[in-house]
Amino acid sequence: MASEPNAESVFGSSVERREDVGLLTGDAEFTDDKLQDAAHVAILRSQFAHATIEEIDVSAAEERDGVLAVYTGADVEESGVPNDIPTAWMLPGLVTPQYRIMATDKVRHTGDALAAVVAEDRYAAYDALDDVDVTYDRLEAVTRPDEAVESDVTVHEEAPDNVAFDFELGDADAVDEAFEAADHVASVDLEQPRIIPNAVEPRAAAASYDPSSDELTVWMTSQNPHLHRVLMSTATLGHPEHKLRIVAPEVGGGFGSKIYHYPDEAITAWCAKQLGGSVKWQATRTQSYATDCHGRDHVTEAELALDSDGTIRGLRVETHAGLGAHLSQFATATPSYLYATILSSEYAIPAIHCRVIGAFTNTTPVDAYRGAGRAEGIYVTERIVDVAARELDLDPVEVRRTNLIPPEEFPYETAVALVYDSGEYEEAMDRALELIDYEGVRERQEKLREGGRYLGVGVANFVESAGLSPSKAAGELGAQAGGWEAGVVRFHPSGTVSVAVGTADQGQGHRTTLAQVAAAELGVPVDDVEVVEGDTDEVPQGMGTYGSRSGPVGGGAVAQSGRKVVEKARSIAAHKLEASEDDVEFDDGTFHVVGAPDRSISIQELAYAAYLGHDIPDEMEPGLEATSYYDPENFTFPFGTHAAVVEVDPDTGEVEFHRYVAVDDCGEQINPMIVEGQVHGGIAQGIGAALSEAANYDDNGTLVSGSMNEYALPRSDSLPEYETDSTVTPSPHNPIGVKGVGESATIGATPAVVNAVVDALEPFGVDHLDMPLTDETVWTAIDGGER
Amino acid sequence: MTTDTHEITLTVNGTTRELRVEPRTLLIHALRDELGYTGPKVGCETTLCGACTVHVDGKPVKSCTMLAVQADGADVTTVEGLGEADELHPLQTAFQEEHGLQCGYCTPGMLLTALSLLEDEPDPTRAEIREALEGNLCRCTGYQNIVDAVETAAARMNAAEGAD
Repeated sequence: MASEPNAESVFGSSVERREDVGLLTGDAEFTDDKLQDAAHVAILRSQFAHATIEEIDVSAAEERDGVLAVYTGADVEESGVPNDIPTAWMLPGLVTPQYRIMATDKVRHTGDALAAVVAEDRYAAYDALDDVDVTYDRLEAVTRPDEAVESDVTVHEEAPDNVAFDFELGDADAVDEAFEAADHVASVDLEQPRIIPNAVEPRAAAASYDPSSDELTVWMTSQNPHLHRVLMSTATLGHPEHKLRIVAPEVGGGFGSKIYHYPDEAITAWCAKQLGGSVKWQATRTQSYATDCHGRDHVTEAELALDSDGTIRGLRVETHAGLGAHLSQFATATPSYLYATILSSEYAIPAIHCRVIGAFTNTTPVDAYRGAGRAEGIYVTERIVDVAARELDLDPVEVRRTNLIPPEEFPYETAVALVYDSGEYEEAMDRALELIDYEGVRERQEKLREGGRYLGVGVANFVESAGLSPSKAAGELGAQAGGWEAGVVRFHPSGTVSVAVGTADQGQGHRTTLAQVAAAELGVPVDDVEVVEGDTDEVPQGMGTYGSRSGPVGGGAVAQSGRKVVEKARSIAAHKLEASEDDVEFDDGTFHVVGAPDRSISIQELAYAAYLGHDIPDEMEPGLEATSYYDPENFTFPFGTHAAVVEVDPDTGEVEFHRYVAVDDCGEQINPMIVEGQVHGGIAQGIGAALSEAANYDDNGTLVSGSMNEYALPRSDSLPEYETDSTVTPSPHNPIGVKGVGESATIGATPAVVNAVVDALEPFGVDHLDMPLTDETVWTAIDGGER
Repeated sequence: MTTDTHEITLTVNGTTRELRVEPRTLLIHALRDELGYTGPKVGCETTLCGACTVHVDGKPVKSCTMLAVQADGADVTTVEGLGEADELHPLQTAFQEEHGLQCGYCTPGMLLTALSLLEDEPDPTRAEIREALEGNLCRCTGYQNIVDAVETAAARMNAAEGAD
């Protein structure tokens, strides 16, 4: 029996997460907890960043005890599978070389797979890997995107100059005119280093193949199981889609890195098919660093034209974006359409032009990492506004205020192809400034400077295109995938509800929040709603979780299905209550006749009636469920203001936080506790990028920051206490007013912190520093690097 | 390839188990692959992330860099021994209430490190909590809610202690 309906609305309340108990007790199962008796796959990676492969000798490895099989790229080729991981976004002139799951002719970065050993246990598999003998002919490597396009080194023969695409957006002539007319032009050259996503759970796959039925099941660390299914079916393995089941069990963080189809799960599944049984693989952390798609890797020249009162007239940006050795699925979309389109930030900038040259390099593939494209674009704009304000001797906050898009201008069409849905930018900015006591901090800064202490305050505004998003528009721009999401809402005869949705959780708490959405639509208790995600056999179709889309698009799909279910139930209610449908009102789970409140029936009773089918309207099919493919009419546009106060120690270069304030507006909040958690985590990653994180390669293409020893992740004792607040500006076109919150704080935090540190260093004549702002970088910059 | 194996005894969460392991077998792999305690996780194999943290004879240990033979005869506590779904440990309850976990992969190790802190220092400051947890990586939460959770649990455990 169903429980009693909630008295108050479950939408918007901080319901505790149903995910937690299993995770807290160790009962919850991640991919490597599956198939405990399976054989283990170990994958050999290239020793060099760039080399031709002369020979791979696996004979010694094959002879080892416990080894079941050793395979190379030649074996994969011979099996006749399609063997080509594709990019999912085409751009004009894009060069798309074949991306094999194991290299055959040439290795192009140190993560390229060369051979796979299947053995009875992990230890035997890795022992045998050491016995695979590869003869290489080494080639020179190129690692920086700006150098790659000038280099004699060629990563792919199809792109002799290493240019994968040359993209532009905006009106170049209008920008030229704006620059001529403006009083002042500020410029900055900046780099956004590579970020390694560092989900704490390494990527993994466990595959089981039944030769008698040809059914292949792959449990894996996936943000989008249906995407993995269609790609493994059509692009790498050629396994029939209807006999391929992808399951994402608990997934331990993703931040973008688990969106993509990597060679590893294809190799694992291919091995399972070869051996006709079960095998599993999990990346070591070293392999994660070498193979999980990195983020960012931009080298940019930016110019901003302003009048002397701070009014912005135009923005010109040219970026070399590193794509790594192969094109991952959103590698092309991220530095083009997700980047150039957001350069207007929260400002009314009449003319913007952006050119992006995407370059192949002998490095780990680069793709979307939390904030993808939008983080890089906002960083450029929010950094150059600070640079320009200082040159004009204006307060950077006032320059921002002068140019904010006012609330009455929405929907607002930018100079770079987006139509912002809604925004109350000044309100959020003022809230942040009030919380951080901006005027007071400026006074304290001046006083402390007299005593040789260097305080800095940094403010950054941001707007984010979230949701990924209208299918037709995306298709016109080159997307090879839709932007909808699928959601099923199904009443059971007893009155409880199952929801199936195509998003896939990696810690966001979808099973809680999407149950809240369904419960609110149906007026049933949230505990009576179960949410199923992450299994292609349980969910009809799905696009997955990335781009802050699960709330607005997944939630939108669930809400739409909930509304369809309510409308069908309304028809049955009208029939049973002998009233016109127009006279039947629905409120908190109960239908009643207008003006006759005692003539009522609950939606749970109607569910039972719908499945009995004895007493429903003629022509109506029994059952009470609905499926929606919700395709948004636009992106949603979360926004906000982040502000940081830091102190720099001039003797050590150390950056210490005094305050960190974040005011985020993600529209309606389904669960404020979870929203705040997303903001906290986003801030931590944004601060990490600003102060400590960078993946560095040496000239040979070896990843120097190849472990957690060399790559400095933020830890509990290196991060400040966050003070968060929010404003609520609903998205006018989203069914539940939600805008999404997964990436916002990562986008806002990085420029806020860099602006704060550079502000602190103003007395030393520093106008810009490239990330990460380590003690050494800051210390060196003081005194103009003279010491 | 090592053919020698050793018979060892581990008492895991109060249950004594005998097993044969290679000299090189890591404690985390003995627990997960041989004995089926999949609560502790492998995150980095280099002592840097802390997802594999368990208690060995009452002390927190990163089980990815301890050999199983080194734990021969020891009492081992994994997250499975902390509390049951219907009877959570105060730390587990506080982590849920304070939203101190998102993906949950670091959580088993985080809980055992926090437990060790509270055993040594029942009333830690926030700075002490942050310092105690610096060897356990979390990429999701930004740590603040974890610190809140440990503070909440400490207060509750102290109140319960006082009531005894």
